[in-house]
Amino acid sequence: MNWLELLSDHTFRTVLLGTVSIGAVSGAIGCFAYLRRQSLVGDVISHSSLLGVMLFFLASFWITGEGTKSLFVLIPGAMVSGVAALWLTQLLVTKTNVRDDSALGVMLAIFFGTGVMLLRSIQKATPPIPGRRGLEDYLFGMAASMTQADLIMIGIVGGATLLLMLLFWKELKLFSLDPVLAQSLGFQTRWLDLILIALLVNGIVIGIQCIGVVLMVAMLVTPAAAARQWTRTLGPMVLLAACIGAVCGAVGSFVSATVSNIPTGPVVVLTGVLIFAVSIVFSPSRGILSRQWKQKNVLDSSSLERPQREPA
Amino acid sequence: MSKEIPAIDVKNLTVAYDANPVLWNVDLVIPQQVVMGLVGPNGAGKSTLLKSILGLTPKLAGEISVLGKPFKKDRRQISYVPQRSTVDWDFPTTVLDLVLMGTYGQLGWFRRPGKKEKSSATAALEKLGIEDFAKRQINELSGGQQQRAFLARAFVQQAPIYFLDEPFTGVDVTTEKVIVEFLHELRDNGKTIVVVQHDLSTVGKYLDQITLINQTIVGSGTVDDVFTDELIEKTYRVNRINGFDQTSDSNTSQEDA
Repeated sequence: MNWLELLSDHTFRTVLLGTVSIGAVSGAIGCFAYLRRQSLVGDVISHSSLLGVMLFFLASFWITGEGTKSLFVLIPGAMVSGVAALWLTQLLVTKTNVRDDSALGVMLAIFFGTGVMLLRSIQKATPPIPGRRGLEDYLFGMAASMTQADLIMIGIVGGATLLLMLLFWKELKLFSLDPVLAQSLGFQTRWLDLILIALLVNGIVIGIQCIGVVLMVAMLVTPAAAARQWTRTLGPMVLLAACIGAVCGAVGSFVSATVSNIPTGPVVVLTGVLIFAVSIVFSPSRGILSRQWKQKNVLDSSSLERPQREPA
Repeated sequence: MSKEIPAIDVKNLTVAYDANPVLWNVDLVIPQQVVMGLVGPNGAGKSTLLKSILGLTPKLAGEISVLGKPFKKDRRQISYVPQRSTVDWDFPTTVLDLVLMGTYGQLGWFRRPGKKEKSSATAALEKLGIEDFAKRQINELSGGQQQRAFLARAFVQQAPIYFLDEPFTGVDVTTEKVIVEFLHELRDNGKTIVVVQHDLSTVGKYLDQITLINQTIVGSGTVDDVFTDELIEKTYRVNRINGFDQTSDSNTSQEDA
């Protein structure tokens, strides 16, 4: 099947729209995680969400007799356990002398470990739990399993996230650069912290189905890191990161549709890594090549010009 | 605002990190319209004093009022210029944008900076002689230019009181001169300025008043009265084993100087 035929296929268009939206939203939000150095926090949220996904799947089985894989159920589940993991981390850091990176690591292990164990027991349960097939795809993502309803849920969460980001744009920028100034200007940093975490959680849980919990954090960080190489201010950086994320999502959809049984997550993430690699090598202002060229120029200029003086 | 009300009035302030007291029973009155230096060795609690007045560091005991009122009521009375190293200078933003952030307090939630804010930010850049760098990204600035950008940002906050933490660290001679002129002009326009520094060499050049501090106040008053060999010795003598007790015992008589 060539890609023109693919595009006319309704199911494929659903999947494509979904992965492109996921990439764009997580790419945009990822800029704040990148600038605030919170990629580890993102990783904990995404890994921990597996537990919530499994618990909400089980709950739907106990209530209805059949486990559901609808994102309307599983995304809230992912949110709950992602937030719970962060909250417990906070508790551990404030009540004990464990440092936050260790506390985050411990929470990731607990939540993800329990999630994987639950996944195995759900798959092995006798009598078999209806709807269990494909549950393992939440580890590495399977874009092809997206339904029309899932797309709507992705649209709701993604739209709300972008709206929140735009609404608090000025405050988020201030808080990301200088939290102390934000506080001394009279902004409640507790609220800003919560808004940022809400954005982060939303930007992650949106992709658990297509990208999977294991690699979703890469969709947060890689587009942002790549976009930073080409841009000088926050607005363009967020816009470019969103575009890079969208491109990654699209590539994931095409591969997922044409090659059977390959998980989408790695494909999407590796596309992002490729763009990132090109960016850090070829960026005109920050790239490895331009830096070397500039340094070589300094040595070559025989007159050894003095550094530019400041104006009086 | 009546000039008799002190800009800052600290009574009995005690601050501790875990079990270690950093400030002990600090009483300090800073009158309006002066340039006041908080001077003391590293670890003397100078920055901590600023931060507790700003409400950024919790206090164990004590009362603080700013222009006669508890500070929590209106944080915008003080423009705080932290040490330059507190900010990631590789953040993707322009110098103009950094200065504009000073107006965010007046704008409050949701409202975006408009023409009025931009023109006041531009004026602040001109005042500090860095208007040519407005469009530059902040990581292209030298140390001195970064400090000037910080001051411009504080200026647009239009607060009656300025707190500056080590503004002369790592800046060039030109910037030093610009900063001193800027501070004096602020004072002449009725502002109160509090500057933290550990370096003694520039004290006499620009300060009106000085407070010597090492966990407690060793002395506070005009430079001529307080900046004496005896009190400096007392401030900078650190007895590492028993330094805290010693300093607190020997200085109670100087506080009203």
